[in-house]
This record gives sequence, structure tokens and C-alpha cells, in this order.
Amino acid sequence: MSKHPVPTPSQTVGPFFGYALPFEDGHDAASSQEALRIEGQLLDGAGEPVPDGLVELSGAQQFARCRTDTEGAFHFTVVKPAAGVEAPHLDVTIFARGLLRHLTTRIYFPDEETANASDRVLNLVDPARRDTLIAHSEGQLLRFDIRLQGESETVFFAL
Amino acid sequence: MPVKVSDSHRDSEPPYLHPDYRSTVRRAPTRELVRLPPEWFHELPGPAFGRVPVLAGDADLTRQHDGEPLGERIVVSGRVVDSDGQPVRHTLVEVWQANAAGRYVDPEDDHPAPLDPNFTGAGRCLTDGEGRYRFVTVKPGAYPWRNHENAWRPAHIHFSLFGPSLESRLVTQMYFPGDPLMAFDPILQSIPDQRGRDLLVAALDLELTEPEWALGYRWDITLRGRYATPREA
Repeated sequence: MSKHPVPTPSQTVGPFFGYALPFEDGHDAASSQEALRIEGQLLDGAGEPVPDGLVELSGAQQFARCRTDTEGAFHFTVVKPAAGVEAPHLDVTIFARGLLRHLTTRIYFPDEETANASDRVLNLVDPARRDTLIAHSEGQLLRFDIRLQGESETVFFAL
Repeated sequence: MPVKVSDSHRDSEPPYLHPDYRSTVRRAPTRELVRLPPEWFHELPGPAFGRVPVLAGDADLTRQHDGEPLGERIVVSGRVVDSDGQPVRHTLVEVWQANAAGRYVDPEDDHPAPLDPNFTGAGRCLTDGEGRYRFVTVKPGAYPWRNHENAWRPAHIHFSLFGPSLESRLVTQMYFPGDPLMAFDPILQSIPDQRGRDLLVAALDLELTEPEWALGYRWDITLRGRYATPREA
């Protein structure tokens, strides 16, 4: 067996990426009529907003990137992915000052109760914590907050 | 107080919680990460980063303004490979850094060192067919950062890479050989083993150096995951 090279270790994105990583309309991955708006807030263990975070969203050939604002808020415009082997979901990657490695989570959809109930990934998660992975309907938009710590800490995945 | 989340399978990765780096205390997750079986996410393509614009000239950070930036002009180049050592072709590499005086253009940076009107400090490129990337820039300066009394970051360049899957996504920092500040930096020292820390330090390379023009530094990057070989069924 050949010896595999060791993956290059991760380091924090730091606080000063805001002039470099965001790109024009980066948070809008879709503009069609069926596009959905997703809004959320990135919160730390004290419940305080994380104003220097970067949230990336991908799935169904879409990619979007949004820097959090002073309230820790981020927003995206995306098309809801179709169901496949798993229930419809979007992959979320989170970077911030103080995160030595990025975090990975998923956004599932509240109107997919049947598909969510049989989803193989949701079924790996403690039932008491599954709610942290499912967005909430708020009128025309979906809300998905990300809590780095605390009682309702978001479920994060190790790939 | 958050507890340390164990993730022993990644001995060269920093932990999430490293209290010497103060910002980790309220931001490190406290619950065990949920591990997905590798074959589940290997089936999925990574982020379609093609939306991020890469323009000709984005890889030369010294030619983005009318004049040339102050500082020591350098070439930073290397190869991006996967965990089998196979090249990761045509993948996006983004870099950002402080100027030669240790100041970022970012409005959040209030370090009283001069901005350079001829230097923004952000660049992008795609790796070539051999997985190689190459940037021309100036050597960034050290800067203070208030993490603790008399805290100074060693000179570094931030890197962001995608690779072909979610697993291969990497944001990290490249350091310069011989920098005495590395020994005192809680961010670099969060990596538990010397072998891992050494992977983030570039090497002076006279082959990459352009005589009478710019010193060359070589820094190779290994992304997580294997893509070139057939997967087991």
C-alpha cells in the first residue's frame, strides 16, 4: 500500500476576509420565479451574533456565499433541490474568526415531512436535535438560524 | 464552558476548541459532530464554484493598481493534490493577505500601519492541468491582534480551495520559513503536531525565484479525499 500524503491542516478564515471572498450577487444562486429566499442568523455560545462569519450554501448545481452582517444575519436566494436518494436539502459550510476548522451542516425543508422522516442522514441524528436541521416557514421565506453552541446547538457533520 | 470535542481521526487538524485562541471559546461546537459514512457524501458533487469570477490578471496582486505596491515582491506557487497524491485540476484557489506593513484593506482592520494605495491583497486563480497554482504578490507584514498581551500574528497568506467535493473544501493559512513569531502564535500552534504545523510553512525555492525580480516560495497543498482512482463498490 502506498503512503498517502497528510491533508493540509485547516486554519481560521480570520476576521479580515470581507474584502476578498464575497463576490457580486454571491448570495443569489437563482433568480427564477420558483426561487426561495432563506434568511438566518449565526449565533455564538452567548447567543450573540457572529458578525464576521462566512456562510456558503451548495446543492443542485448551485453555489452561494454570504458574509454575515453586524447582526450575524445572512440571506440566500436559491432553488429548492429535488428529492434524490435523500430528502431535498442544501449543504451549508460555515467559516468565522474563532473557527479553526469550518463547520458543515444541512438545511432541510419543513414541507417535506414524509421525505424527512425517512432521510438516512436525519435518521443518524438524535431525534431531539433534528429540528436544528429543518428550516422554518416565515411567510414567503424560510428561516434557518445557526447556533454554534448552547441548548439548541445546530447539528454539524463530520465528513 | 465548552468541552473539547474529540476528533482523533484528524491528528494534524486543529481542534475546534483551543482556549489559547480566545475566539474559539464561544464559537467551538460542544456536541460531537455527526459522522456521515464516506460513501454517502462521495457520491455528491462539491460546490459549483464556477460562479466566482476569475479574471486574467487576478493571480498577480502587484498589478491591480496604477503603481507597484511597496514591499518584497514574491512568487508563491505549488501543486494541489488529493489524498492519493493525484493533481486536483482546474480548481479555484483564492488568496488574501495584509500588505507589507501588516495592514489589511478590510475596513475591520484598525491597526495603525499604512495602507498601500497600490495593494489590495486579494487574488484568485484556477489550478492548471497538473494541479499547479502561481501567485505574484508582496510578502505580508506581521501585525498585532489583541488575543493576549503583546500578541502578533506571524506573516501569512490566507488560502481558500474547493476541490471536487464538499469534503475537499479547505480554508487555511500559509506561513514563511524561519519566522520566529510562529512559535508564539496560538492559531498555528493549535495544530497539535509539529508535522502538521510544518505542512503550513512554505519553502524558499530558488527554482521559482526570478533572478533580479522576485524571491520564490513553494507551498504544496493536499486536499482531503481521493478522486482519481476508481471507488470501491
